[in-house]
Amino acid sequence: MTGPLDSPVLQVRDLHVQIAARHGTVRAVDGVSLEVNKGEAVGLVGESGSGKSMTLRAILGVLPPEAKITSGEILLDGVDLVKLPNHALNEIRGPKISMIFQEPMSALNPVMRVGYQIAEGPRVHRGYSKAKAAERAIELMRRVGIPDPERRFRAYPHEFSGGMRQRVMIAIALSCDPEIILCDEPTTALDVTIQDQILRLLAELCRDSGVSLIFVTHDLPVVAQLCQRVAVMYGGELVETGAVHEVLLDPRHPYTLGLVRSAPDVEHVRESLVPIPGSPPSLVSPPSGCRFHPRCAFVEEDCRVQPTPLRQLPGNRATACLHYERTEEALAADRIAP
Amino acid sequence: MTNGGPTSHAATSQDGTSPLLSVDGMAVSFAVGSRLAARIKNEQRFLHAVDGVDLDIAKGEALALVGESGSGKSTFALALAGLRQPDRGEIKFSGRTLPRNRSSADQRRIQMVFQDPYSSLNPRLTVGSMLRELIRVHHIVPPGQADEYCKEMLTLVGLGPDAMKAFPRQFSGGQRQRVAIARALVLRPDVLVADEPVSALDVSVQATVLNLLGDLRRELGLTLLLISHNLAVVRHLCDRVAVMYLGRIVEVAPTEQLFSDPRHPYTKGLLAAIPKLAASPPGPDDQGPAVVGDPPSPLRLPVGCRFRTRCPIAQPICEEQDPMLTTGAGDTGHEAACHFAFGGYSHPLRPPPTTQGNSGAGAGAGVTDSAPLTDAAGATSFPQQGD
Repeated sequence: MTGPLDSPVLQVRDLHVQIAARHGTVRAVDGVSLEVNKGEAVGLVGESGSGKSMTLRAILGVLPPEAKITSGEILLDGVDLVKLPNHALNEIRGPKISMIFQEPMSALNPVMRVGYQIAEGPRVHRGYSKAKAAERAIELMRRVGIPDPERRFRAYPHEFSGGMRQRVMIAIALSCDPEIILCDEPTTALDVTIQDQILRLLAELCRDSGVSLIFVTHDLPVVAQLCQRVAVMYGGELVETGAVHEVLLDPRHPYTLGLVRSAPDVEHVRESLVPIPGSPPSLVSPPSGCRFHPRCAFVEEDCRVQPTPLRQLPGNRATACLHYERTEEALAADRIAP
Repeated sequence: MTNGGPTSHAATSQDGTSPLLSVDGMAVSFAVGSRLAARIKNEQRFLHAVDGVDLDIAKGEALALVGESGSGKSTFALALAGLRQPDRGEIKFSGRTLPRNRSSADQRRIQMVFQDPYSSLNPRLTVGSMLRELIRVHHIVPPGQADEYCKEMLTLVGLGPDAMKAFPRQFSGGQRQRVAIARALVLRPDVLVADEPVSALDVSVQATVLNLLGDLRRELGLTLLLISHNLAVVRHLCDRVAVMYLGRIVEVAPTEQLFSDPRHPYTKGLLAAIPKLAASPPGPDDQGPAVVGDPPSPLRLPVGCRFRTRCPIAQPICEEQDPMLTTGAGDTGHEAACHFAFGGYSHPLRPPPTTQGNSGAGAGAGVTDSAPLTDAAGATSFPQQGD
């Protein structure tokens, strides 16, 4: 799946993020480990509240004030970001690691011309002169497909359409040549034709510039358009990881299977959708054993008690399910009677 | 787009009778800009959100209206439900034109389910009082039977009778949407208009609401107009699909026909742009996005065909003539508003204009200024910057 030359740019090891709340401690991220290789796009999927956005924010060191990393390591080029003080993190945010948010309108400064917002990074981190930074900004705007960049340089965010604003966000993220870009649902607010354009742009950046991506989304097909590997999150934990096609088309965890079966697919019309019963677990007092067991159709006695860390399977994939064969069987039955 | 002569709106119900709901030449516009400036200059600018829509809905049919944001699909739904006055056009219900000010009996016939169940339910009313009020105002059942009837409705949408005493905040998103559906159904409507009913919900919950809508339709013989941007949802639930672009319907067809044989270039692009589970990231030989550029501003619509600024097969004729909805050979119920939809137009095809922008690094220079547009010719390809 990954060549021998690939080395991980980013390694997250056993990350725990907890949020102090009135009714107890929310274990938002509970033992997540993740690796991203150079030029690779990794999808992180899950429902709202699964901890996927918290994982991203922890990596960038921009957690909300009540959230804390309680243990774990985040290694970027061998440096543990968890241990770094804030001023040292500022040196890393931009030149090494950057982020694209879901709502470009609320992430961009509404009263600053977009060109200056793009030029700010190179000015601060690279010490570029004003003129050189402006040149760089125009080059970046052209690179992300903003037409007429010389004129658009002086425009304000409100003068841009949603897709163009997201291109501005991407230009800002690229401005200091980072090694990895964290994407938090960057296409969710966009129309499908514009989403298609943005996904192609991101795929091209990965391919041509060797930048790595972590792409957070709740939309499984979007992951297939862009990513090579995917990690599925549920209740603050990873439940399945592997190559995109294997995980999405041939899952080994009942939760992944549930996500695939419950979403209508434009290419395969099924008689009725199969919803996942119940609702996501409380992260203050998560269920014992496998966190998915109260909603799982294949639950057995040991699922209720035994902890379920990710286990390696043949083919460089991993699942947290103790009885993943049941998912395989269910899939085989699905294929016979679609 | 008021066209003379009888057009085949293609929505005759199974037994061949006239459609339940028939919309003819509907237009809805919004005044934009400062009212004061408009009064001084003595001119008001208008945004034509819906600009001449003809659409028939047969009894018991599930019709989908799809399109991107700004296409006017939600405005159309509001006008249909009587929540917004159209500028022009008429809405016929069972052959009778609905008056501009609808009686409460007419209001009752077309009910809506809104996108966001967090803002469409009154947070200060229990579900029971919400439903009872509707029953009282519309005299659906005698007051003595109201509670019984409400409980029946809540059971029908998959909530227990206990939901009567609960406030909206006590429900999850999916349950709230069930309450919203019960609120619409309690009036025994003939047509249910659902405007993006699942897009605010989590993936695993969407399925339950979609299944519910499908079941209700079968059980109650409900006529459904589903507004959505999600074509997968539409394919799953609807019999017929109408595609909207900038205030106009550009294609109408039975669902399977639309997906297997789209005729309008916009529909083709829209279908190609949907992320697919079995897809792979594009390689170096990537053909580029399915539809290029941004939609033009609805305040400055292109002359002629509205899609031509993003269309891969645009020809001079597209600027000269605004294409109308036409059918192909044989009455298949498939209509498209494109000069080339059914191969009928014998104009010599010019190579698509998108190739012009690819040639050099002078991005933006490829934008022809012949038409009053803003964001045309967006990102066909990215000039190689050699880094």
